[in-house]
Amino acid sequence: MTSANPAIGAVHEPALRVAAQFEEAPQQVHAAKLGMWIFLATEVMFFGALFFAYAIARVQFPEAFAAASKHTNILLGTTNTAVLLTSSLFMVLAMRAAELGVRRATAILLVITGLLGLAFTGIKLTEYALDYRDHLVPVLDFSFDPRYAKGALVFFGFYFVTTGLHLVHLSVGNGLVLTFARRAWLGKPNTLADQVEIAGLYWHFVDVVWIFLYPCLYLVSRT
Amino acid sequence: MSSWTTGLAGDVPQGHAVRVETPSNYLNAKFTIGSWLATHDHKRIAILFAVSITAFFFIGGAAATMMRLDLATPAGDFVKAETYNKLFTMHGVIMVWFFLIPSIPATLGNFLVPLMIGARDLAFPRLNLTSWYLYVGGSIFTIAAMIAGGVDTGWTFYAPFSTMFSNTHVIYVLAGVFVVGFSSILTGLNIIVTVHTMRAPGMTWFRLPLFVWAQYATAAILVLATPVLAMTLVLVTVERLFGIGIFNPVLGGDPLLFQHLFWFYSHPAVYIMVLPAMGVVSELIAASAHNPVFGYKTMAFAIIAIAVLGFLVWGHHMFVSGQSMYAGVVFSFMSFLVAIPSAVKVFNWTATLWHGRITYTAPMLYALGFVGLFTVGGMTGLFLASLALDVHLTDTYFVVAHFHYIMVGGTVSAYLGGIHFWWPKITGRMYSDRWARFAAILLFVGFNFTFFPQYLLGIAGMPRRYHAYPPEFQTLNVLSSAGALILALGYLLPLLYLGWSLFRGARAPANPWDATGLEWQTSSPPPVHNFATPPVVTEPPYAYRMAALSRDVVDAREGTR
Repeated sequence: MTSANPAIGAVHEPALRVAAQFEEAPQQVHAAKLGMWIFLATEVMFFGALFFAYAIARVQFPEAFAAASKHTNILLGTTNTAVLLTSSLFMVLAMRAAELGVRRATAILLVITGLLGLAFTGIKLTEYALDYRDHLVPVLDFSFDPRYAKGALVFFGFYFVTTGLHLVHLSVGNGLVLTFARRAWLGKPNTLADQVEIAGLYWHFVDVVWIFLYPCLYLVSRT
Repeated sequence: MSSWTTGLAGDVPQGHAVRVETPSNYLNAKFTIGSWLATHDHKRIAILFAVSITAFFFIGGAAATMMRLDLATPAGDFVKAETYNKLFTMHGVIMVWFFLIPSIPATLGNFLVPLMIGARDLAFPRLNLTSWYLYVGGSIFTIAAMIAGGVDTGWTFYAPFSTMFSNTHVIYVLAGVFVVGFSSILTGLNIIVTVHTMRAPGMTWFRLPLFVWAQYATAAILVLATPVLAMTLVLVTVERLFGIGIFNPVLGGDPLLFQHLFWFYSHPAVYIMVLPAMGVVSELIAASAHNPVFGYKTMAFAIIAIAVLGFLVWGHHMFVSGQSMYAGVVFSFMSFLVAIPSAVKVFNWTATLWHGRITYTAPMLYALGFVGLFTVGGMTGLFLASLALDVHLTDTYFVVAHFHYIMVGGTVSAYLGGIHFWWPKITGRMYSDRWARFAAILLFVGFNFTFFPQYLLGIAGMPRRYHAYPPEFQTLNVLSSAGALILALGYLLPLLYLGWSLFRGARAPANPWDATGLEWQTSSPPPVHNFATPPVVTEPPYAYRMAALSRDVVDAREGTR
C-alpha cells in the first residue's frame, strides 16, 4: 500500500480492485486483517485446550514425563527451532520488501521462508522415523522402561498429537506463503503488502506455538 | 430446497410484460440450482441454512416424539433401553449442533446483520458459503452414524464411557460435530468482522439494533469457545482410537478434565443459543409496542455481560462431579451473577410495553411467550445454581425441564417469532396472521404441558435418560407426552401456512409492521446488494416516538388531521 520507491524498480500499481461488498480498499484491508486476528484468537483457544490437557497430564506423571522427554531428539528439535525462527526472520523481511513495493525481492524472501518451512517439515518427519526406530510410537511400536511406561505413553501421545497438529498448521502456512510468492513474482496483487502481512501473522502464530512446544516436549528434564 | 426456490420463481411470469415491471430482487435475480449452491449472497446462504436446519429440527423432533411415546407407560415397552439411549443421544446432538446453535446466527443473523447495519453483504461472502458446506459436511457424518446404527453416549460424550466402553459409532458423530464446529466458527468470525468494518455512515455502535449487539456477542462466544470443544473431541478420538490416557483413569487420564473442557464450551454454548434469541425478542417487542426499547444501553451492556459471565460458570454442571468444593462455591456465585443482566433484560422488555401502542400480531405472541418461558427457565436455573439443592436435582427431570424452558421455550419461540416477523422481508409474501397466532398459542400451551410436569417429576426424584420408571410417575409422564403431541402439531403448522404463503400470500410491502431499522427501508424482498442507494444513518435505533411525531407533523402540514 505504501507508495513505491521509484529508485528501486517502481511498481505502477493498477487501480485497486475492491470486492463487491466493500465500499473502498482500506475497508477491505481492515476487514481482512481483523479476520486473521479473530482466526488466530480461535487458534489460541484450540491449542490452549491442548496445552491445558498436557499440563494436567504432566502434573499426573512428573517423573515419567521427565524420563520420556530425555528420549526426544534434542539435536533435531533444537535445529528445527532454529530453522523455524529463521523462517520468521525472512517472513518479516518479505513483509518489509512488500511494503517498499519491491516485488521480486518479496517473492524471493517468501520462497526462502517457504523453503525453511519445508526444511522444518523434512526434519520433523526424519525425527518421526527415528522415533519409530527407537520404539517410541504409541500403537505402532512402543516400549519403555516399565517404571515409567504408563506416563511415557501419555507423553508420547501428546508429543505426536501436538507436533502433528503443529505440522498440519505449518503446511497450510507453507501453501499460503508459496502462493503469495508466486503472486508477488507475477505482479498480480495490488495489495501485496497487506496480503503478505496477513500471511505473516499466521506464520508467526505457528512459530509461537512451536516456541511453547519446544520446552514442553524437549526440555522437561534438561534444565 | 429446489422446489422452494422454483416455487418462488414460478410466480414471476416469464417472458411477459409484467416481468419488466417487477423490480429485480435477490430471489428472482437468478433461478438455477447452481445459482443457489454457488451463491455468495448472504441472503441466499441464510435460506440454505434455514432449509437445512429445519430438516434437522424435524429429525431431532422425531427422536423426541419416540422418547415421549416410550415414556407414556412405566414399563418402557415401546423401544428397548439401548434404542432409547440412541434416541436421546441423536435428539441432543442434532438439536444442539445441527439446529439450535446455527438456528438464529446462521439464518436470521446471516440475513439481517448486513441489512441492519446498511452493508451490501457480510465481509467474507465466500467464507460464508464455506460455512454452509461445512455444515453439510458435518451433517453427512452424523447421518452416516444414524444409518450405521446410532450412538449411545448422550450428547455430552462423557469420557471414559465414550472413549472406552461405548460400542456404537462414536467417531462418526465426533467427526460430524467437529466439522460443524468450524462452520460455527466461520459464521462467528464473519459476523464480528462485518460489524466492525461494514457499518453504514452514521451507524455508530450505540445506534446498532440490539439484534446486532446480540449477534456480535454470540459471534465472540462462537469464536472463543468452539475451538475448545474441537480440541476436546480430538482428544476423545485420540483416546478412543489409540488408547492414549487423557481422560480414562485406568490409562492415567483424568475424567474431570473432560468435563472441564466440555463444559468450558458447552456452557457458553447455552448463551450461543439464547443471546441471539434475546436480540430477536428486543426487535419484536419494540416493533409490536411501537416504542423504543427501554434502557437501550443497559440492554446492550447486559448482552455483553451475559456473554462474559457465560465463560465463568461452567463448573455448575459439575457440582456432584468431585471437583473442589471451593470451586463449587465460586461457580455457584458466578452463576447467580448471570441472573442480574438476565433480569435487566426481562424488566426492560416489560418496561418497553409501557405506554406502547401494542399490536398482538403473531411475532409479538411468540416474543411474549419467550419472555414468560425464559423467566421460568431462568428462575429454575437459580435452583440448580444452589450447591445444596443441586445435589438433589442434578441428573433429574428438573434439569431437563430447566434447559428446555431456555432452549425450546426461549430460543425456539424467539426463532419462530423472528421467522414470522421477517418472513415478509425474506420472501416478499405475507402469511395468515390468524393461523400464525393460533400456532403461537398452541406452541405455548403444548410447551408448558410437556415440560412443566417434568419439573415436578424432577423434584419427585425421577432421573433423566431412563426408558422405564416406577408407576407412581406415570400421571405426570402421560401429561408430558400428551403435551409433546400438541407441541409437535404446533411445529408442523407453520410449515403449512408459511409454505402456503409462498404461493398464495399477498405481496409484502417494504415495511408491513411500521417498524424502524434499515432492513425495513429497502424493498421486500431486498435487491441483490440490499439497498438501491447506500443508507446513511441519522437517528438512534428504535426511533418510534420520533417516527410517530414526524408523521403527525406531516399530517398536520398536509391538513389531513
